[in-house]
Amino acid sequence: MKLDPIPDGRKTVRVRDVDPEASWRPYRDVPPPGPHPHDPPGGPRLVGGRIPLVDGPLKATGQAAYTDDLRLPGLLHGRFVRSTRAHARIVSLDTGRAAAMPGVVAVLTGLDTFQLPDGSTARIGDRRFGVLPLSRDEEALPAEKVRFVGDYVALVAAEDEETAEAAARAVAVGYEDLPPCLDPVQGLQAAAEKIHPGTGLDGSNVQKHVDQEFGDCEAALRNSPLVLRGRFTFRGLNHAFAEPHCVIADAGPGNRLTVWSATQVPHYVQRALADVTGLPLHRIQVIRPYVGGGFGGKGDPFPFEAAAALMALRVGRPVKVRLDREGVFYSGRGRHPTDLEMGLALDAEGGLKGLDVQAVLDGGAYASFGIITTYYTGVMCMGPYKVPAFRYRGRRVYTNHVPSGAMRGHGGVNNRFALEVLLDEAAERLGQDPINLRLRNLMAPYSHTINGFRITSMGLRECLERVREGSGWDARFRRMPVGRGLGVGCGFFISGSNLPIHWDIPPHEYPQSTVHLKLDLDCGVTVHTGAADIGQGSDTVAALVVAEVLGVGLDRIRVRSQDSDTAPVDLGSYSSRVTFMMGNAARRAAEDLRRQLVAGAARRLGGHAEAYVLRDGEVVDATDPQRRLGFDEAARAAIAGSGALVAKGTFVSSPMGGAFKGATAGLAPAYSVNACVAEVDVDVESGAWACTKAWVAHDCGRALNRLAVEGQIEGSFHMGLGQVQGEALEYQGAALRNASLLDYKVPTALDTPQITTYIVESNDVDGPFGAKEAGEGPLLPVLPAIANAIYDAVGVRCRDLPATPDRVHALLQAARGPRKPAAPGVRGP
Amino acid sequence: MNHRLLRLRVNGAERTVASPPHATLLDVLRDTLGLTGTKRGCDMGSCGGCAVLVDGRPLLSCLTLAATVEGRDVQTIESVGTPNHLHPVQKALVEAGGMQCGFCTPGVVMATLGLLARHPDPTEEQVREALSGNLCRCTGYAKIVAAVRSAAQAMRTEAVGGAPP
Repeated sequence: MKLDPIPDGRKTVRVRDVDPEASWRPYRDVPPPGPHPHDPPGGPRLVGGRIPLVDGPLKATGQAAYTDDLRLPGLLHGRFVRSTRAHARIVSLDTGRAAAMPGVVAVLTGLDTFQLPDGSTARIGDRRFGVLPLSRDEEALPAEKVRFVGDYVALVAAEDEETAEAAARAVAVGYEDLPPCLDPVQGLQAAAEKIHPGTGLDGSNVQKHVDQEFGDCEAALRNSPLVLRGRFTFRGLNHAFAEPHCVIADAGPGNRLTVWSATQVPHYVQRALADVTGLPLHRIQVIRPYVGGGFGGKGDPFPFEAAAALMALRVGRPVKVRLDREGVFYSGRGRHPTDLEMGLALDAEGGLKGLDVQAVLDGGAYASFGIITTYYTGVMCMGPYKVPAFRYRGRRVYTNHVPSGAMRGHGGVNNRFALEVLLDEAAERLGQDPINLRLRNLMAPYSHTINGFRITSMGLRECLERVREGSGWDARFRRMPVGRGLGVGCGFFISGSNLPIHWDIPPHEYPQSTVHLKLDLDCGVTVHTGAADIGQGSDTVAALVVAEVLGVGLDRIRVRSQDSDTAPVDLGSYSSRVTFMMGNAARRAAEDLRRQLVAGAARRLGGHAEAYVLRDGEVVDATDPQRRLGFDEAARAAIAGSGALVAKGTFVSSPMGGAFKGATAGLAPAYSVNACVAEVDVDVESGAWACTKAWVAHDCGRALNRLAVEGQIEGSFHMGLGQVQGEALEYQGAALRNASLLDYKVPTALDTPQITTYIVESNDVDGPFGAKEAGEGPLLPVLPAIANAIYDAVGVRCRDLPATPDRVHALLQAARGPRKPAAPGVRGP
Repeated sequence: MNHRLLRLRVNGAERTVASPPHATLLDVLRDTLGLTGTKRGCDMGSCGGCAVLVDGRPLLSCLTLAATVEGRDVQTIESVGTPNHLHPVQKALVEAGGMQCGFCTPGVVMATLGLLARHPDPTEEQVREALSGNLCRCTGYAKIVAAVRSAAQAMRTEAVGGAPP
């Protein structure tokens, strides 16, 4: 693969005069271990414990209401007509027969018009939206053409589901086929018919291109004694969350919209609905019921949400649209199919000298989060190792496939696989132990990368030591019989995207998260947050942070996070930002409330407010413990004369990073790191393999809740294993061949091995109580660890995922059978 | 639409519902009886979210025609425990972190009850086998398996002590 430079040179970022040593020099001392500045006096009571989900009992009893569980009077059922063509002009849309069926209330297409609030008329197919303000390329329903098999064409609303379904089948759509683009590499060339005319690179289907160079990568590749190159391919994935997409829309008095949706980003849904309907934001209420998993797949605002909203405005009754599982697969937004080439230059001792990455991403039919994915596929390689020279060329290409988007480990998974597999190869070539090679190249805590990432805490050394010891690495790597192997991999991920996306508002002007607290005469604390609990437990994080600061039990806290009318804006559950950002906002809000409480106590009992501490349900003067009030008395003392206490906390990350185009991509207020050792058993005859054990160490800064951190590590492992084991979107022509959970193989309880988790706590300076993310990072090291273990077992390198038995079998055939690779010459640190 | 009357015994109560002959048990439970604890995850028997007990054995309600369970005993998650009086299986799942988003949890609970009725002291392998039809995308199964085994232990202790399970 040879990607030509971008024709428009202005868009190439080339920073030649980098000073790696200066970047890598720590900018501050590592804070000593021990209490974090956020810890309450006397140490935390809840943080670091094993705290079950605050909503666990409701979930366990089936009482937690997901969107499809809601019952509204007069509810209509919506069904979509979806495209059967990959790329076609819509030449006719006959809805007459469907509309005439008894029980059908309305049929909506992209040709229909509606009235905007200013009285003017708009055509549905002309109203654009998209998750990123820079790439609004989706319509609720198209007027001109369809762009993939499964694209939304029309929406029928009927009194019951069966009628809606029958009517959807009765809609006659006339298509004129256009030349499809089903191969992203071909899509780099001039296109006869662009999928999205007027966007992306002139004349081709390239939607986003990124060319970056830091330092002299070419020289490093030319002059280094060891240069490894590899081409890696990855298939598209589906998130396979448990709960299918579902939305209910209703138009109340004054055409005020209420939309219940299983979404990760209620605020972005609200924005997109405003873009489509023209309604001001204050006339759109988004309610997020319980959400049955997201993993990035519910992070976009979707056409079905927009179309349901337009339908509700049209018919004046609530409309529910629930997608079936096939419909979920065709809604996509999963991991990008990726064709990636990587070059790695090292010196004779194993020090990294340069990294060269080229990638072609199959974006599918819409932009989704793709601009970010394109950047991340390069820059997520900038840690956790010191990279002195870096070059990246990335192209995201529109194709007539299911749209790709963000999925757990967004933009950091496929490239990480390539890098960690090449490091494994490099270690072997150098006769070094692969863990030692990684330790040699570790970035320092509180330093910078050459492209301007500000690194804070960094516990990778400890992560590697823990998995090395736990797995018995030194005695077993390269020493087990043929067919059994151990492999290692590391990961590096953002703990929240630094750039707050507030559409037309300049960055860093508005907080990424705001939390409100209310304490009234009932002496319970209500937490209002817009952070979306999608199962990861963010409500529990909010409750425990507030309870910790106030020194009370969780029973006193209730979290209200579902309703945009009461929740302050939070940018949503993506980029592993919630614990760090909402956690800090909740902490500050609770500190504000604490100030009010101690002031009330001092008014009642005398003494200095600053001397009072909150702990174990009491407010006590630390200098005179005779002065003490129960929490209830203290709350009432503070409320007296003022009314209910309200408090607020916010988080906005500080501006950081370089001044070049695209410098914000990959910036985060902190980064998580991790290491995984996987053990595999490979059948040398068939190529079938199983991951039998795994050890994962993750540096989450500080575990606010150990139970939840372990759960995130184990869940990440499962999803990483799936991508190696067999998950892949399979196409037959332009249609999916495996759009079901029967054919798309998610690992079951029988496939997932025993996982030993290690929580490493580097005590981040800026994280709430020292915490960083745990939701996505732990997935990253899993894939390369397994592939490297297969190499240790049978001596073949699988550079294409999934590593299905037939692929491993073919590699074994080509290698004329299995072999045990040579053990490293140097052992131990 | 040709509806016929079905007489079902759901969670111990006799229920008479009018439904088309092709209605699945899941349709009737969720849409007619409002028992929404049973989840529709795939509607084709792949995910296990719709598992219920019929005469004590786990069954996928999305693949079961409602008409075929007339006269049989149907138990759904709504009959198992309440938030303040969780069944030991539910309690263990909550406390051990055997759930995250919770969507698969009712199905997991029902499949587990079916398992524990047959094997009060299951091995880890038996637990994994029994739950291999319940897809969970959040937990990686480790904590579910641990919870089921600890629930089994708790239930055996209770049974020995003479308390009702």
